[in-house]
Amino acid sequence: MLRHLLNPLDFTVEELDELFTLAEDIGNNQKKYAHVCDGKTLATCFYEPSTRTRLSFEAAMYNLGGNVLGFSEASSSSAAKGESVADTIRVISCYADICAMRHPKEGAAFVAAAHSHIPVINAGDGGHQHPTQTLTDLLTIRNLKGRLDDFTIGLCGDLKFGRTVHSLINALSRYNNINFIFISPEELKVPDYIIEMLNVKGISYKQVINLEEVIGELDILYMTRVQRERFFNEEDYVRLKDFYILTKDKLNHARKDMIVLHPLPRVNEISVEVDDDPRAAYFKQAQFGVYVRMALIMTLLGLNAEEENNA
Amino acid sequence: MLNVGKIEEGFVLDHIKAGQALTIYHHLGLDKMDCTVAMIMHARSGKMGCKDILKVECDINKLDMDVLAVIDTGITVNVIKDGEIVEKKDLTLPKEIKGVFACKNPRCITSIEQELPHVFFLADEKKGLYRCRYCEEKFDKRQLD
Repeated sequence: MLRHLLNPLDFTVEELDELFTLAEDIGNNQKKYAHVCDGKTLATCFYEPSTRTRLSFEAAMYNLGGNVLGFSEASSSSAAKGESVADTIRVISCYADICAMRHPKEGAAFVAAAHSHIPVINAGDGGHQHPTQTLTDLLTIRNLKGRLDDFTIGLCGDLKFGRTVHSLINALSRYNNINFIFISPEELKVPDYIIEMLNVKGISYKQVINLEEVIGELDILYMTRVQRERFFNEEDYVRLKDFYILTKDKLNHARKDMIVLHPLPRVNEISVEVDDDPRAAYFKQAQFGVYVRMALIMTLLGLNAEEENNA
Repeated sequence: MLNVGKIEEGFVLDHIKAGQALTIYHHLGLDKMDCTVAMIMHARSGKMGCKDILKVECDINKLDMDVLAVIDTGITVNVIKDGEIVEKKDLTLPKEIKGVFACKNPRCITSIEQELPHVFFLADEKKGLYRCRYCEEKFDKRQLD
């Protein structure tokens, strides 16, 4: 059966566990997976600029022995001529075995999946969902904290337009005893549909403006960038972009075993002096991103290392 | 007192919130149907204070109950045959509504791909809340006013 990943909830908790176990095995035994995707092609259809997500997908496919084709901005694709997402994916389905799509409009990957003959991975659709970042975040937490339940996570910065945040909250809401602390300016608060979901599920959360007042309570601090491209008004962006800056001083009030995550790229929200702190885990997170995308490509293509290596 | 005559076949929509009859007229597509419509606005109502009423003379199968339910489940639908009320229909919220209301989120894929049907799904039955199938933005009923 053709499977896609559009939303982190498309996979059950059990399926995610299997995926993370595979990703961890990939991280520990990279050679074993070097030819799993021989003869397979990944299409990266990126309608808006992205460095790390696209390169992470490409690295993942190359590490598996596969090929990559695609475009990295809408202007170099047929979208510039007015081609619809539905038509583009029908054509891409003839060229590739699997597609990773990023699009500035929300729901674009859903449209693609509805018309595709190959698995579609949502690599970000506007401010809506970014499930592979979520898988990366979950794998990082599982690996560094040893569990995906029983912790307090603070999400800080742009919680309104930050799609990574929305996806992560949705995904974590399925695990036990997660306590959310949302840290944002009034204008960038988490959307009401997320709050509704937490209320319906009876999940504990609080919303604050000041990072310092809650940093000592956190097991995980997830920092986000205020994204210029999500604002219609430059003035609002300039006013809010430096609202939070994580410094060494602020980290002094945090627990010794807290980890700091960030989907990257960062701008000013984490001072570079924090990079050397053992709690800074955002570059490790980028490495986990490659492993989890490798595991995802294999899973959606229905491949496993033993069978492929014996073939 | 204004008097509007009986209809032979069609439906009478009663208990419409005052001022909403014209909205319903458009969303039911009555402006595109070849039928006689009487629109009574701001009629006195014991129950609502003020209400609108729509009387539509047409084939009774032509009424799209789903559209009405999404707008307001409180509307009373009287089915008329041979000049008499033969049925009062209950409105229930449809699981999905397609091609009637437009998603107003400027970041939604439907804002640039004109050929896509606008689809909303019932996200919360208790609250009567619908969300766009693509971007999951809430359908704001205020956009109907």
